[in-house]
Amino acid sequence: MTRVAIVGVGQTKFDEHWERSLRDLSTEAGAAALHDAKLGGEHVQALFVGNMSSGRFVGQEHMAALAADAAGLNPIPATRCEAACASGALAFASAYNAIKSGKYDIVVAAGAEKMTDLKGTDAIATLMGAGDQEWESAIGLTFTGLYALIARAHMQKYGTTREQMAMVSVNNHRNGVHNPYAQFRKEISIKDVLNSSMIADPLTLLDCSPITDGAAAVVLVSEKFAKNFPNPVWVLGVGQASDTLALHDRENITEMKATKAAAQAAYREAGLGPQDMNLAEVHDCFSINEIIAVEDLGFCRKGEGGKFVEQGSIAVGGKLPVNATGGLKSIGHPVGATGIRQIADIVRQLRGGLPEPIQVKGARRGIALNIGGSGATAVVTILGKE
Amino acid sequence: MPHTSSVPLFWRLKKSKYMMIGSKCQTCGSVFFPPRVICAKCRSRGKVADHQFTGRGVIESFTIIRAAPEGFENAAPYAVALIRLDEGTSISGQVVGSIEDVAAGKRVRPVFRRITQDGDDGLIHYGIKWEIDDGSAGTEA
Ligand SMILES: [Zn+2]
Repeated sequence: MTRVAIVGVGQTKFDEHWERSLRDLSTEAGAAALHDAKLGGEHVQALFVGNMSSGRFVGQEHMAALAADAAGLNPIPATRCEAACASGALAFASAYNAIKSGKYDIVVAAGAEKMTDLKGTDAIATLMGAGDQEWESAIGLTFTGLYALIARAHMQKYGTTREQMAMVSVNNHRNGVHNPYAQFRKEISIKDVLNSSMIADPLTLLDCSPITDGAAAVVLVSEKFAKNFPNPVWVLGVGQASDTLALHDRENITEMKATKAAAQAAYREAGLGPQDMNLAEVHDCFSINEIIAVEDLGFCRKGEGGKFVEQGSIAVGGKLPVNATGGLKSIGHPVGATGIRQIADIVRQLRGGLPEPIQVKGARRGIALNIGGSGATAVVTILGKE
Repeated sequence: MPHTSSVPLFWRLKKSKYMMIGSKCQTCGSVFFPPRVICAKCRSRGKVADHQFTGRGVIESFTIIRAAPEGFENAAPYAVALIRLDEGTSISGQVVGSIEDVAAGKRVRPVFRRITQDGDDGLIHYGIKWEIDDGSAGTEA
């Protein structure tokens, strides 16, 4: 089977784009990725678009056709991929599999979400569509609520502290200051996190990623075509796994079985392990999730994620820089776009040339974890310079 | 707009939502609440039938929802717990009473309460919430 490389990345600024539509955002990201690859749209053979809920966010379904049309890519096949907040990485995995199968040589994987047209309570209800409508949404649970249940369980079982969770947000904001695409480019302190308004105890506003508009895209090519590009970044392994839709159906809510299974599959395909990674982009939709992610990806022992953060291991220059470009917390979380943005950021890290405070020096391999819902879908992607 | 206000949704789930009827695999003995029609362990070999749950359990984790979704704005702040049922499975549910009294390790029992209302004069949906089980007679559904 052919190897697959990424030869172009692009994104919009992640922000509240009141004046811009879903169509505008997805087109800008796709054009930026093709421009980065120095490829014309006529070379693209297929498009996969990650999008969670354009139907509820802006009343627009048929999102992949919209994106292909607006970008002038017709008549190539355009497919929408949906796995809640993991929709982006699912689109990437689908594009990767399509090239691996031998069917295509040049494919664009994109992700887009336009969230700020809805008022806050509607957006909360829409995001909760990723959970179990009959048994979670129906009793008034929210996504912050689900992760709050996870956070308290992790605190009870492993002694993880509020301060350790706050340090995740502090780390990610410190990095995001240097990312021109980030929604919130401002440092925050542990005190800021602890004193911000309580959303679902024990999680405060600054434990939570924001509501954001944005799009991102990457261009994937087969090995045969990769030779024509100066700086290809190789896809070494992709793993995808599923777990119960409802949080309450799990035996143990302090780990994510889907993450473990997806990571195992990706590590196996790459022939690598956690010790071979130089940086990670993980799904910090809520601070506790970054702590659980570093455990489940194998960077520290189970239950020691809080300490791993406290020791500074996740900082740029630390043992394993995590979310060096700002994470979902600082960059923003347009749900369908996030998985693609994570992959684009690892490509930028491996190419080098990011602003000095957030460039992981000598990085050769990186890993991305994109999670849907409260862990019902996980996609792990490993990228490398060779 | 939220599908949680759908009448057919509540109607078709009435056995489980109002009477705590889950299911049990007759082949391996696994119990499910909410009910499942396929046993995750036995798959096609499993023979799954209705099973009455006792409705007793213990709070394993909890949160206080302060930013509520559409349809629940007037109820906030309210407590939601992950409840480990005595049968071994767990379920999410709102805990009634003072939010100060909610704590992990406390036993709970079901009560029948209003869950949501569609606007000021819309349909009112009822269902099971949970109260701290202090051993008293309580306000059993
Ligand atoms: Zn069975």
